Amino acid sequence: MPQRQLTGGRIRERRIALAMRQADLARNVGISASYLNLIEHNRRRIGGKLLLDLSASLGVEPSALTEGAEAALIATLREAASASPQPSPDPEGIEDLAARFPGWAGVLADRHRRVLALERTVEQLADRLTHDPYLAASMHEVLSSVTAIRATAAILVDPREIEPEWRDRFHRNINEDAARLAHSAQALVGYLDGAGKADAALSSPQDELERFLLSRDHNFAELEDDVAQADTVIAALIDQDEALQSASARAQARLYLERYRRDAERLPRARLLTAQLEADSAEDAFDPLALSLRLHVDPATVMRRLACRPQAVAGLPADWAHGETRIGLVSCDASGTLLLRRPLEGFDLPRFGAACPRWPLFSALNRPMTPIRQTVRHSGQHGRLFRVFAVAQPVGRLVYNADPLFEAHMLILPLAETMPQSAALSKSAPQGDAPRLVGVSCRICPAQDCDGRREPSILTDGF
Amino acid sequence: MARRVLIIEDEPNIIEAISFILTRDGWQVDTHSNGHDAVSVVQARAPDLVILDVMLPGRSGYDILTDLRALPATQDLPVLMLTARGQARDRELAEKAGASRFMTKPFSNADVIEALNALVAE
Repeated sequence: MPQRQLTGGRIRERRIALAMRQADLARNVGISASYLNLIEHNRRRIGGKLLLDLSASLGVEPSALTEGAEAALIATLREAASASPQPSPDPEGIEDLAARFPGWAGVLADRHRRVLALERTVEQLADRLTHDPYLAASMHEVLSSVTAIRATAAILVDPREIEPEWRDRFHRNINEDAARLAHSAQALVGYLDGAGKADAALSSPQDELERFLLSRDHNFAELEDDVAQADTVIAALIDQDEALQSASARAQARLYLERYRRDAERLPRARLLTAQLEADSAEDAFDPLALSLRLHVDPATVMRRLACRPQAVAGLPADWAHGETRIGLVSCDASGTLLLRRPLEGFDLPRFGAACPRWPLFSALNRPMTPIRQTVRHSGQHGRLFRVFAVAQPVGRLVYNADPLFEAHMLILPLAETMPQSAALSKSAPQGDAPRLVGVSCRICPAQDCDGRREPSILTDGF
Repeated sequence: MARRVLIIEDEPNIIEAISFILTRDGWQVDTHSNGHDAVSVVQARAPDLVILDVMLPGRSGYDILTDLRALPATQDLPVLMLTARGQARDRELAEKAGASRFMTKPFSNADVIEALNALVAE
């Protein structure tokens, strides 16, 4: 019924726009004006030949009458209704609302999109304020300077006598701390200014590294083939990039590129591509364990090589992931600290640790050298499904009678099916083979009754 | 005999200011500026009271204090913790580690002297 209502309203709208009388349109398609009136007021079902005749007479495609521009509007309104904590009073009334009051429906949809954008910004800011080591260090610097100035100034204004040598010394200290405070405050303001802007200048060393990697799409062709002097190439890559400003970011970039080069030597891109093309199935072409066995290279290296390949490679079965060829990757050390992030749309990765403990990445740390394959559903807005592969392998050389340190990797591949968020978070979701529900981090995860929750969610509980 | 206080803090100008006011107030002041060997320094110098910063190079003040409380010689040593944070969580951590008092930066000189005098009176 709702679809019929929409179609009738659109027919009427289009006819009026053409300044066509109801009787004329009715005559054109061979029906009575009164019957057309019923159709236009959504009291009669329409389809088949009559729909084709009406669309031809109105000079539009049939789909423009059955779907129209309202399709996207309705989808947004449905999304807004499902995101509301209160049950929708009349789910089918959404289409009626869009048909009868398109302007107000547009305002509602626009407000919903705005709320989503603001929630995203809140997530980013909350993540930064809670876990950002740069921000914590900056605030410490500011407060330390203020403390020193306050303590010193209090001595200077004290009416008790101070020896000239001490007085000069305290004046000098205040001057130094004031300059340090001004510098720290300026840097902090600049940093916070950029916190809510997706394309803002990034300041922390980790930000710098990630910006560098994203600007290259994690792909460094210069290090792929025979490289005579890899150190020189790596140094040039770092020196030429404007994103890498701090010494820490440059050091991290060097470690990343050195490992990239070792991986490229161990598993050349052409060899990986050949193995993918010769895989028994499209699924095997992206399965790190299957590729590892075929190529005699450890799974973690295969994961890194898959994630740094160009995202669209000719000849590859791009449809394995239903049209998606993008691949995400995240790695962590034995403390759970995230080391490498290649984000994937729909599977957000926290920027400063404190990730969701339900990630198979962390399960892998509990079962070193045991590859894990798991379907997961993300608790984010769209509740997307992903196939993830995880493994924890030792880092460094093995030494007799010494426990190795482990590093875990998780490869993330998108699956096509999506489910409304309300269903994804349902407490009654089937268990067993059901996808594992995962999030980004507790603070911005709406999942209820999660055993892994460390702190309340600002999305459901507010600040 | 002057009471002896050990300031474990990594900001030189804060050390200098606190040292000055405490010396003027009659304290014998000693200082140390890193967390690595702070526990052994406290043991070696045996002060009457310690002012301990939380964020130190090498080791956090919470860890240092936890170690001090595990040692018989320092388990009852009065310790005033200084931190740039002031949230309830930080106060809980300080109390859990065994802090005698907790003070948030920026503090006033008078508050520091008052806190120290109260600690020695206890």
